[in-house]
Amino acid sequence: MVQSLNELKESPSQTAGPYVHIGCTPNFCGIGGVYPEDLGARMKTGAVQGEEIVITGAVHDGMGMALKDALVEIWQADAAGKFPGHDADADANFSGFGRSPGDMETGRFRFDTVKPGRVRWPDGRWQAPHISVWIVARGINVGLQTRIYFSDEAEANAEDPILARLEHQMRVPTLMAQKQDDGTYLFDVHIQGPDETVFFDI
Amino acid sequence: MTETKTPQGGFVARDRDWHPAPFHPPYKTSVKRSPQAALLSFPTSASEITGPTFGHGVLGPHDADLIHNFTGESAIGPRIVVYGRVQDEFGRGVGGALVEVWQANAGGRYRHKKEGYVAALDANFGGCGRVITDAEGNYEFRTIMPGPYPWPNGMNDWRPAHIHFSVFGHGFAQRLITQMYFEGDPLIPLCPIIGTIQNPDAVKSLIAPMDMQRTVPMDARAYKFDITLRGRRQTAFETRPEGL
Ligand SMILES: [Fe+2]
Repeated sequence: MVQSLNELKESPSQTAGPYVHIGCTPNFCGIGGVYPEDLGARMKTGAVQGEEIVITGAVHDGMGMALKDALVEIWQADAAGKFPGHDADADANFSGFGRSPGDMETGRFRFDTVKPGRVRWPDGRWQAPHISVWIVARGINVGLQTRIYFSDEAEANAEDPILARLEHQMRVPTLMAQKQDDGTYLFDVHIQGPDETVFFDI
Repeated sequence: MTETKTPQGGFVARDRDWHPAPFHPPYKTSVKRSPQAALLSFPTSASEITGPTFGHGVLGPHDADLIHNFTGESAIGPRIVVYGRVQDEFGRGVGGALVEVWQANAGGRYRHKKEGYVAALDANFGGCGRVITDAEGNYEFRTIMPGPYPWPNGMNDWRPAHIHFSVFGHGFAQRLITQMYFEGDPLIPLCPIIGTIQNPDAVKSLIAPMDMQRTVPMDARAYKFDITLRGRRQTAFETRPEGL
């Protein structure tokens, strides 16, 4: 026998279930008066630096149907590539964290945020502007991790260490928010199927 | 207390065999809500090592009291205290962690427009609460014992009594949603959602024991539920220019 490593196991995940909104966005689902506002509903608390953007989309199951019971969370750097609460010089009016329950009827999520600045990869290379995404819902047993990149950042995307690592380069567009005619970005997620979004193990 | 240095390394990889299987046909909804392609693995970067921080400013005075936080009047049901420690895989307490919980009422009914169970609503029970861990990672809230409830999956599936937990650590890569079950519940081995977890020890780690020592006499029983988040490696050899 050898010494014990004394390490613990991470608590196993369980599905968020059909009522995740009761716990995470109670005001959204009609449970008013417990919290003054839902966590992550506002990413901007004042005038922010950089380009203000809107990202919308929906999460689709393997039959192509939009989920109406998902919870989507995002975490990102500010316009200068600084992380709120971690970098002392980060934009004080920007939280970096957004949470959207999706529209009650259509399931469409929406984030009013800023275009993130570039952040370095651990080896010093620059990553392309991106937003970390975490998706939970009934039927999702372990929260899904992915990233939003931007279709109008071709030069930065071309040198991004993660996008370069993808064996199936034809799947890169599943990670791209596409600029729309009205100036907003569209980011649709497909959990399963031919258009399956690239999900991460990070 | 001794001062400990914040680890500088990335997060330890998730053990995907310990976590539930994403595709588990007995839990029918998972069939079309599970990715089929392999996940893309890469080391945690600043985007995942950092995460949102929440101060006590987000909390109201009654957030951790589900018995009263909906109307101010007492909810119906057996009163319980749920307490525990949020820690990482190396046993370090995770202080300042936001823990959000939600649950059915004592009759097994959720306050939600999509809820179809015939059990009655409790006018004084909302079903949500939250708490932030202290510097050592400890948390505590009080609530009523949730009831088990039937759900549309197989022809006669029932969820064991449970409380849903959403936990933020210090990094976005630690983000976790799970469920706490209660010691002695005969529905635990029958549940298709718990059945998504293949390892019996992993199932055990989600079952809270009753703790008579923490019971509040003439008031509330107590259950202990520790939560372990991914750990950050303690190493000086993590961040280095390519090739070195
Ligand atoms: Fe539940």
